[in-house]
Amino acid sequence: MDYVLSLILIIIVAIFVNNVVLAQFLGICPFLGVSKKVDTASGMGMAVTAVLVVATIVTYLLQVYVLNAFGLEYLQTIAFILVIAALVQMIEIILKKTMPALYQALGVFLPLITTNCCILGVAILVIQKDYDLLEGIVYALSTGIGFLLAMVLFAGLREQLELSDVPKAFRGVPIALVTASLLAMAFMGFSGVDGGLKILFGL
Amino acid sequence: MLVVLTVITIVAAGVLASVNAVTAPQIEKINEENLAAGIKAVMGSDDIQVSEPWEVDNFTAYDINDKDGNLLGKAVVTVENGFGGPLKVLVGFNVDGDILGYTVLEHAETPGLGAKAGEWFQDKIIGMNPGKNKFTVSKDGGEVDAITASTITSRAFLRAIQNAYDKIIIGLDVNSGASQQASASSMGKPEAIE
Amino acid sequence: MINGIVKENPTFVLLLGMCPTLGTTSSAINGMSMGLATMCVLILSNLIIASIKKLIPDAVRIPSYIVVIASLVTVLQMVIKAYAPDIDKSLGLFIPLIVVNCIILGRAESFAAKNGPIASIFDGIGIGIGFTIALTCLGAVRELLGTGAIFGFTLWGENYGMLMFVLAPGAFLALGYLIVLFNKITKKA
Repeated sequence: MDYVLSLILIIIVAIFVNNVVLAQFLGICPFLGVSKKVDTASGMGMAVTAVLVVATIVTYLLQVYVLNAFGLEYLQTIAFILVIAALVQMIEIILKKTMPALYQALGVFLPLITTNCCILGVAILVIQKDYDLLEGIVYALSTGIGFLLAMVLFAGLREQLELSDVPKAFRGVPIALVTASLLAMAFMGFSGVDGGLKILFGL
Repeated sequence: MLVVLTVITIVAAGVLASVNAVTAPQIEKINEENLAAGIKAVMGSDDIQVSEPWEVDNFTAYDINDKDGNLLGKAVVTVENGFGGPLKVLVGFNVDGDILGYTVLEHAETPGLGAKAGEWFQDKIIGMNPGKNKFTVSKDGGEVDAITASTITSRAFLRAIQNAYDKIIIGLDVNSGASQQASASSMGKPEAIE
Repeated sequence: MINGIVKENPTFVLLLGMCPTLGTTSSAINGMSMGLATMCVLILSNLIIASIKKLIPDAVRIPSYIVVIASLVTVLQMVIKAYAPDIDKSLGLFIPLIVVNCIILGRAESFAAKNGPIASIFDGIGIGIGFTIALTCLGAVRELLGTGAIFGFTLWGENYGMLMFVLAPGAFLALGYLIVLFNKITKKA
């Protein structure tokens, strides 16, 4: 029972309290780059979520059964990034062959994902935080959902911004950053929630 | 072309292995030195002998003797949930359980607020005894002034030391109902900041 | 070199490498450490890639670059851990994440792959300085507004504090306004 509650806590913390974009500053490039329209933003969010989960499973197994087993922990960064790059390529090929509709929707985002630091970041964090495999998967999935949530909210705000009269020097990225700041401030309202929940759950 | 990639990878792995061989002992040495320096600082003395660590639950404790082998007290590494994540404190007690010193080893508290814990309590809790003094923040009726606008961090910090005292110095079970209830009720009041 | 500092400033103009830019600039010194760490990797990766580019078939270009960059980052990570543990503590996760900093792969692909080793070194220095300056500025602004200190020296009273600037929202806000300022200066003057 405690284990289930701790998983729930991981989900809430990863989505709201320590939002990957707005509190941890991971995955900022796509957050600023592909957030002009809600539908592309949600496509990117879903693609990232899918890759995050698969990449976390593979890198976790790699860490435990290869790197730790042979005392090669120092190869972590290089091994993880290669695995992620290869994985993204594979997912792209498989999607293209088997699910052309989904490939149409997500495919364009896939090549961009290799250099999305939230994938490598989460893979390393799962190891650093000493999660087991299930906790790692839950953490990766909820981080992805947190990313999706931030993307969609932000894209919604930016669509509205298109209609407003923004001072010239602010157009484009600066006003987007100011908007992101307000969104981050809103998410700060969740800070400390995890401590309260921990006591509520008796963990 | 796979040959080239393989060669590059093997060369890279070789370079990393040799750099690792040079830096790994240095990293270990630094960690040990930091711990040794931390223990000296929290015990307030340079002329000490530190025992092998022993562990009880989540606590790591060291028996500290002076040069002639007389027991000076204990240094304890204790962890409690702070505001932003685990708050890890190294605290030194003398044989009576009076606090000789402390240092914050790891924290994830808010910069500029809870992160002040490293200095804030230095002139407040040293010399106190968690068994004799009311070792809670003044807001909760205790004797310690909380860090301005960081009551949760302050409570966590004091609880970490209280737990270390209860478990290592006195040998109580800190997971008993009483301390759980105390922490639950102290969380009840909403805070403006933190 | 000047090109990389002003015209192609990676942070203010090209908007590359945003994650470390926002994540490590809670103080001027942190921003500067991150900038210098990135600059080291950038110069070395440019040099190595420019030197070995003829040996690498086109099809495995990107993976080879990634291996080179990842090795350099790992070496840097070990050296920092061993000789400057305080920097390791304050930059934390963002050191291994230098690997996925688009600036480095971007320069490898767009400059080092086409130019000689010496030119590539200078390109690395230019872009690296541009990045370091940007991060140091952002860190200094956030530290000054957030805590009233700069590089750790308190400028006005101990009790001053607009902590928002040290926290996440302040990072976005300060960067937004710095870009506006940069646009005003470079595009008007």
